[in-house]
Amino acid sequence: MKTYQKALMIVAALSLGLLFMFPMWKIYLKAPQYPEGLELHIWVNKLGGSSESVLQNFNILNHYIGMEAIHAESFAELQYMPYIVVFFMITGVLVGLIGKQNLVLGWSGLLMLGGAVGILDFYLWLVKFGTNLDPMAAIKVPGMTYIPPLLGSKVLLNFEALSLPAWGSLGIFLGISLSLLVWILGRKAAPLSQARTPKHAVA
Amino acid sequence: MESLIHKFKKVAPAAALLMAVVGGTALQSCSSGPGEGSATAAGVSSDAASAVYVAPGKHDELYSFLSGGFNGQVSVYGLPSGRLLKIIPVFTQHGENGYGYSEESKAMLQTSHGFVPWDDLHHPKLSRTDGQTDGRWLFVNGNNTPRVARIDLKTFETVEIMEIPNSAGNHCSPYPTNNNEYVIAGTRFSVPLDMKGGTGDVSLDKYEEEFRGSISFIKVDQEKGDMDLDFQILVPGFDYDLANGGKGPSEDWVFFTTYNSEKSGTLKEVGASQNDRDYLAAVNWKLAAKYAKEGKAREMPANYYHNKVDKDSHIAKSTVKKSVRYLLPEDCPGMMYLLPAPKSPHGIDVDPSGEFMVVSGKLASAIPVFSFSKMQEAIKNKAFDGEKNGIPVLKYESVLKGEVKEPGLGPLHTEFDGKGNAYTSMFVSSEVVKWKLNELEVVDRMPVYYSVGHLMIPGGDTKEPHGKYLVAMNKITKDRYLPTGPELAHSAQLIDISGEKMKMLLDFPTVAEPHYAQAIVASKVAPNSTKFYKLDANKHPHAVKKEADVSVKREGKNVIRVKMTAIRSHMTPDNIEGVQVGDTVYFHVTNLEQDWDVPHGFAVMGANNAETLIMPGATQTLTWVPKKAGVFPFYCTDFCSALHQEMQGYIRVSPKGSNVPITFSTGKKKQNIPGVASTK
Repeated sequence: MKTYQKALMIVAALSLGLLFMFPMWKIYLKAPQYPEGLELHIWVNKLGGSSESVLQNFNILNHYIGMEAIHAESFAELQYMPYIVVFFMITGVLVGLIGKQNLVLGWSGLLMLGGAVGILDFYLWLVKFGTNLDPMAAIKVPGMTYIPPLLGSKVLLNFEALSLPAWGSLGIFLGISLSLLVWILGRKAAPLSQARTPKHAVA
Repeated sequence: MESLIHKFKKVAPAAALLMAVVGGTALQSCSSGPGEGSATAAGVSSDAASAVYVAPGKHDELYSFLSGGFNGQVSVYGLPSGRLLKIIPVFTQHGENGYGYSEESKAMLQTSHGFVPWDDLHHPKLSRTDGQTDGRWLFVNGNNTPRVARIDLKTFETVEIMEIPNSAGNHCSPYPTNNNEYVIAGTRFSVPLDMKGGTGDVSLDKYEEEFRGSISFIKVDQEKGDMDLDFQILVPGFDYDLANGGKGPSEDWVFFTTYNSEKSGTLKEVGASQNDRDYLAAVNWKLAAKYAKEGKAREMPANYYHNKVDKDSHIAKSTVKKSVRYLLPEDCPGMMYLLPAPKSPHGIDVDPSGEFMVVSGKLASAIPVFSFSKMQEAIKNKAFDGEKNGIPVLKYESVLKGEVKEPGLGPLHTEFDGKGNAYTSMFVSSEVVKWKLNELEVVDRMPVYYSVGHLMIPGGDTKEPHGKYLVAMNKITKDRYLPTGPELAHSAQLIDISGEKMKMLLDFPTVAEPHYAQAIVASKVAPNSTKFYKLDANKHPHAVKKEADVSVKREGKNVIRVKMTAIRSHMTPDNIEGVQVGDTVYFHVTNLEQDWDVPHGFAVMGANNAETLIMPGATQTLTWVPKKAGVFPFYCTDFCSALHQEMQGYIRVSPKGSNVPITFSTGKKKQNIPGVASTK
């Protein structure tokens, strides 16, 4: 594997660092009474939003329909996900240093799997919060559930909810796409390098 | 009647004309009464509607702060729309939000005369940086029980009130210097000072010998705005009416109009109107401060209150000050001069360049304009015309730039547009007169309805006026609006002064009696406006920051302290038992909300005060002394959410000595309310 490919692989691994700098996902709520909007930001290690008190404001609004209060402590994921990301970053850098094609593919595959599991987990949480409603709730609309959209927008009573990946997700996207690029470049380069340097090929 | 006119017409056209005039008068008198004013449309610009229209959802270009006069408040209006945005209670209790009733705010209205829950608020003045409004604070005066207050423009709340000792009728107040170094306050009603912190028990015939005025110099903390009475100047016993600070070359000076130089103590409307000339007092405040610093100040006992709100607990505390420093003009050469001014002058206004001092003599036929450079020259050349109580009197001609001839009747106040024009209000002839500062020539007139007092151009008293609008504050309203019985709202009028000719744009009713006003471009204030208080920063000793921490405790024999919370849409606790008749119950309510525009109100049946309105993140205390046994509801008074009506609770009051234990709770454990657990 050429130096630039190795470097690219290291870049792929380090790009996951974006997850610590930006939220992964954002849920925007808009209602007539909230012209400024309410944003819930889902980070790899915390929950945040457009203001410090956004979670409290989400919970106040949600308690009328009987939705369980959202607290960062309720999500074990926020505790261990950072370690998984760090694991991917370290192993990614190692894979880059070692420069083996198979390892690149393996790392990439594992990251894809991790991302998919993450999205599935996120979706399951949305379903849980949206459907597990208190029977004593003040506002009960027969048959109504409040599952926010995973991607895109949806109208929930007076709120328009919009859910979109944020810059942090770009880290995963770059991790996967750059590592795949490294692997593809490696595959193309392999026969050429064999022809030019047979000794190495034998070795 | 008409046929009669026709008959006359045939006979003598001249007679017909006479009849028509008489008939017209008769018709006019028929239409008077509750109808619309005959002069309704005079001077109204054809594009007036679009000039003042601020579309729904759009903001005004300027904030204006109109004093409320005898309501002791300040009203905030948007300009050019004339929309009322807020009423800020200052010297007056305000049942609407509990100001002056709540335990936190009561101390604001304490004075050496005890609790004084009213005053007469005349002059708002915006704080300044480099001679321009800076949008940080608004200083206002209380005329009746001399006080100066400071409103913080981040929160639009009164945060400080300073009582002024050795003063009565604090009318000539409060005037900030160009960088808020001092806020200056003068006495309108001179009094016999006993030099021990009060007024002497003196025969009223002794006015001339015993009565004195004072000018107070209140130092302002450059960062926080906190006020501190640095020193006073004891001045002759005239009536000090209005003041204004110099700028540019004259920025070390402040000028005061005086009347009653006759020192009359009774029937002043005659007694104070005998001298053809009274005085404009010029005080070099920088020199005064220097004298005070360099030991020229003497000290006398005093007794005055200084009330200040702590920004973290929102609790007002009073400090009683026991002494005051003072200067005597005769000890301080060069500090004070008197300029003769025509009969009983009212307004004194210094133009943006700082060179011209315009004195509006309400009983004078011309408006004298003094020149600061000529005044400096006269002082240098000692062009004196005697002295008064050791204060040199300058020669009228030596300081006069010239007079505006026949400006109108009853000139009161003048402001400037920064383009070389001055605008003077004419109380008697009920008009605003525009004249050229250099040429002293009247160039335009605009009738106003009726009897204008102060007028205001945004920044028109500063170095850089925003010369687009003028607000005339009229003293008499009569038929301008739909009648509302004997008492009518006062009327303000907005005039476009951007062109050669003034254009009338808008009438808007005001609250109580605006004397003076200030205005500032919105961009200097709006971005700093507080949306809510941070709960984490709340240092109120009885704040509870989460529902699990609420408590109801008996303290001593007769005191019950309820530390409770409010959040959409419940109070915690909302069931309280164990209170007894005659207990003093303190409801310390913390609003747990951390969002914009979610105040909660709190009121309890039979409370002998008011509600209290609690801003998000703040704690306010309502005191209640139940007089009979029974169950009393309490509830949220500010519509906060779809379940606002449900935001209520009950408190049970048992007879004195009953053995009902103190218990309190909200809901049941199972109920899904964020953070709520039964607190029983």
